[in-house]
Amino acid sequence: MAENVLMDSETIKRTIVRITSEILEKNKGAKELVVIGIRTRGVHIAERIVNRIEKLEGIKPPMGTLDITLYRDDLRRKTEWPKVEKTEIPFSVEDKEVVLVDDVIYTGRTTRAALEEIMDFGRPSSIQLAAMVDRGHRELPIQADYVGIKVNTLSTEEVRVHLKETDGKDEVIVLKG
Amino acid sequence: MSILIKGGRIIDPSQGIDETGNIFIENGEIKSYPKTTKKFDKDPDVTVINAKGKIVSPGFVDIHVHLREPGFEHKETIRSGCESAAAGGFTSIVCMPNTNPVNDNASVTEYILLKARTEGIVNVFPIGAITKGEMGEGLAQIGEMYEAGCVGVSDDGMPVMNAKVMRHAMEYVRAFDIPVISHAEDKNLSGTGVMNEGYVSTKLGLTGIPCASEDVMVSRDITVAELTGARLHICHVSTAGSVRLIRAAKKRGVKVTAEVTPHHFTLTDEAVNEYDTNAKMNPPLRGKKDREAILVGLKDGTLDAIATDHAPHSEDEKKVEFDIAPFGIVGLETALPLSLKLVEDGVLTINQMISKLTNAPSEILNLGKGTIKVGSAADVVIFDPGKELTVDREKFHSKSKNSPFDGWKLKGKVNYTIVNGEIVYSS
Amino acid sequence: MKFQRKHILGLEELTAEEITLVLDTAESMKEVSERDVKKVPALRGVTVCNLFYEPSTRTRSSFEIAEKRLSADVLNFTLSHSSVSKGETLLDTARNLEAMGAGVIVIRHPMSGAPWLLAKELNSSIINAGDGSHEHPSQALLDLFTIREIKGKIKGLRVVIVGDILHSRVARSNIWGLLKLGAKVRLVGPPTLIPKYIENAKIRTFYNLDEAIEGADVIIMLRIQMERQESEYFPSLREYSRFYGLTREKLRGASEDVTVMHPGPINRGIELSSDIADDAGSVILDQVSNGIAVRMAMFYLVASAGRDA
Repeated sequence: MAENVLMDSETIKRTIVRITSEILEKNKGAKELVVIGIRTRGVHIAERIVNRIEKLEGIKPPMGTLDITLYRDDLRRKTEWPKVEKTEIPFSVEDKEVVLVDDVIYTGRTTRAALEEIMDFGRPSSIQLAAMVDRGHRELPIQADYVGIKVNTLSTEEVRVHLKETDGKDEVIVLKG
Repeated sequence: MSILIKGGRIIDPSQGIDETGNIFIENGEIKSYPKTTKKFDKDPDVTVINAKGKIVSPGFVDIHVHLREPGFEHKETIRSGCESAAAGGFTSIVCMPNTNPVNDNASVTEYILLKARTEGIVNVFPIGAITKGEMGEGLAQIGEMYEAGCVGVSDDGMPVMNAKVMRHAMEYVRAFDIPVISHAEDKNLSGTGVMNEGYVSTKLGLTGIPCASEDVMVSRDITVAELTGARLHICHVSTAGSVRLIRAAKKRGVKVTAEVTPHHFTLTDEAVNEYDTNAKMNPPLRGKKDREAILVGLKDGTLDAIATDHAPHSEDEKKVEFDIAPFGIVGLETALPLSLKLVEDGVLTINQMISKLTNAPSEILNLGKGTIKVGSAADVVIFDPGKELTVDREKFHSKSKNSPFDGWKLKGKVNYTIVNGEIVYSS
Repeated sequence: MKFQRKHILGLEELTAEEITLVLDTAESMKEVSERDVKKVPALRGVTVCNLFYEPSTRTRSSFEIAEKRLSADVLNFTLSHSSVSKGETLLDTARNLEAMGAGVIVIRHPMSGAPWLLAKELNSSIINAGDGSHEHPSQALLDLFTIREIKGKIKGLRVVIVGDILHSRVARSNIWGLLKLGAKVRLVGPPTLIPKYIENAKIRTFYNLDEAIEGADVIIMLRIQMERQESEYFPSLREYSRFYGLTREKLRGASEDVTVMHPGPINRGIELSSDIADDAGSVILDQVSNGIAVRMAMFYLVASAGRDA
C-alpha cells in the first residue's frame, strides 16, 4: 500500500499554533470558550489546543471528551457495534462557545452525531468545528471552521492522523488503496 | 401364505440357538428350520426373504408401552402405536392402563383388545389398573380384567402410596398368578420435582426428584412382596439404589423382576441441560453413577428386561415451559439401536441383549411370546445390527415425535417385522 | 473483544471477558444517566417488549427506563401466570409480540428455563429478567458492578451469600458471576435451603452464619419468602431470623469495611436488623441506579450482536 506523508510533526505543531490563533481571534479571547475533543484522536488535538490557549491567554478553558458511539446513524447497519467509551463533559455548555475538535472531517456524519450529543448537554451559544484534515466527500451540509490542511482524496484512499499520544509520532499520511 | 427366511443368523435365547440357518413359516406358525431351501426356491407361493448378514430373532416384546387410546388419541392410537412397534421390531406390546377412561374394568380391557384385533398389526396385551381410576384407593376389577385378557396390574405413573392398599393388591393377584407392576415412586418425596435431583437440577433451578424417592418405594414394595408372596415387577429402574435392593431381594428368593428403559441406560441428567423437554420423563434421567449401576445390573441379570416406557406426547404439549411439560418420551423406534449400543460397548452379548427384548420380558408376564420354537406363532424380526442410521423423528411411525435421540447416529436397522406369519413392516 | 451473543439468558454461560465487557459498557451508560438529558439515540427504531409473568414493579421499571434512555420503543406486557396457564401458551404470546416487531423481548417468568424456550423458538433477542429459581442475570450484573465500584475490584474478594440459596435465582447468577471474576464465594443458610450439590462448583457452604461471615468483604443477603416455612424448610421466620438474620453484633466478625447488599425489598428485622438495613440503604440505592446502567449495557450489547447481518 503506497503511503504519502501529508504533514510531518513540525507542520502539525505549526498548524496547532495557527488554529489556536484563529480560534482566539474569532472568539475575541478565551473567556466563554470550552473545548471538546471527539474520541480518540480529537481528544489529543483538543488537549494541545487547550494548552496553547493557556500559554497565550493565561486561562485554561474547560475541556471535555465526547464518545459519539451511542449517536451514530450507522448502528442499524453494522453487525458488530463499537465499544462504548465514556463521554466526559464535567462542565455546563450552556451559553458557551464550544469548539469541537476532530482529527479528520470526511462525510460529516461523525460531526452530526457530535452536534446532537452536545445539544443533549445544554444550549451553547455556538458550536465551532476544528479539524486537522479536511479530506472532502461530504455527505451532509457541514463545514469546519478551522482546518489544518485541505486535501482532495479518492474515497478508496485512507487518511490517517498519527499522534505521539496514541501512535508514537506526529504525522498525517494518505494510504492509497 | 408361506415365508422362507434364508441364510440369516438365527438367535433365539429361549432355545439357546445362535446359528446360521433357514426358517420356514406357514399358516402363521414357525413350521421348520429346513437345512436346504431348494424345494422352496421355485415355489411361487413362498415369499423368500434373503437374510444373509442379518440377525433373525423372535420379535421383540415390550412390556411397557402407553398406547393412549382411549382418551388421548391426539398423542397415539392403538393403530399408530402398533405401527411404531412394528417399525421398531416389536411384535408384542403391553399397554399401560392410564388411558381415559382408565383401564380399571373389563369393558375397557375388551375395548382395547377389540381395537387391537381390528386395527393393530402387532400383539397387544393390556395391563389393568391396581386401584379404581388409579386413585390409590379401592381395588380395580382385577379378576374380571384378568378374565378379559389383562396380563398384570399397575397404577403406572400414579404409584399406590398407601402400603395397605398395595398389600391387599399383592395378596389378591395371587389368585390369578399375575404380577403387580410397580412404578416405584414416593410422591411426597418427589413433590413438585421435574428432573433428577443433583448438580444439574441445582444449576438449572429445577425442582429435583431425589433417587431416594424411587429407592424408598422399591424397598417398600419388595418388603410387601415378601410379606404376601406376590410376584412383583419393578418398572423402569433408574437408580443405583434400586439395582442394589432388587439384587439383594432376588438373592434371598423374593419373586421380583425388573425392567430398564433404553433412555435410562443411555442418558444421564446432563441431557436436560438447555431445558430439553424431550429429556423429561418419570423416573427422570439420573446421574452418572446410577447409569453405571444400571449397566452392571443389566450385565449381572438383576435387570431382567428392556422395556421402552414408550410415552407419546404431542409437539404442542412438549413445547412449553419445562415445569409444565408432560413426562415421557417415545421409545419403540429407537430401542433396538440403543440396545445394540450395549453390545458394542461390551455390556451385553448380542444373545443377552436379544433375551432381554424377547423371552425375558415375555416370561415376566407369562405372555408365551419371545420365542421361535417350531410350532409357536411366527413372530419374527429380521434386523441388520451393523447398519448405520441417523434417527429422524419425522420418519417415526408413532403419532408423536418426542424423542431426545433425534439426530443421533446409531447402528441397527429393522428389515422385517413378521407377526403371526404376516409381514407387518419392511424397510 | 466483541460481544457475540444474541441473548442474555444467564451468567453461567457468559465468560469472564463478556461479563467485564458488560460492566465496562455500563460505566459509559452510567454517565448518560448523570446528564440533564438522559437519553441517547442508540436503539432508535428498536422495539423492546417487557413480558412479565410475575408482578415486579422494580425490575420492570428499571428495564423500562433503560430502554427509554436508549430511545427504544417500549411495549409492556404484564400477565399473571395463573390465568396464562389456562389460556394462551407462552410461545404463542411471545410469537405475537415478535409479529408486532419486538426485536428484543425481556422476560420475567416464574418457571426456570422459560427464556430458553423463547430463545430456541423465536428470532428476537431474549433477555432474562428472572426465571424461576434459575437466573436473574441483570440483578447479578448490577451487584457485580456495584461491588466493583465500591471495592475497586472483584478478584480475591470474600463474598458471602446468605439465605435461601435453593430457590434463589439471584444467588445462582451471583455465584457464577463472582466465581468467574475470581471472587471467593461462601454460602450460608439453613441446611434445607442449601443444595448440597452446589459444592460441585467449588463453593464452600456453611450452616452457621458467624463462621461463614468471618473476614467477609461483601455480604449479599437474600430475601426470604414467607411461604417457605409452610413447606418445612424452617420452623418459623422468628427462628430463621435468629440464626440467619444479620445484626450489628454478627457483623463484627466480617472485614472492617464490609459491604452489605440486598436485592430488595428488605424484610426489616428478619434478614437485616433495622440499623443495618439503614446503613445498607445507601448501597441499595446505588444498586438501583446502577441497575439502569447495567441494563442499558445489556440492551446495547445484545442489540448489536443480535442483528442479522
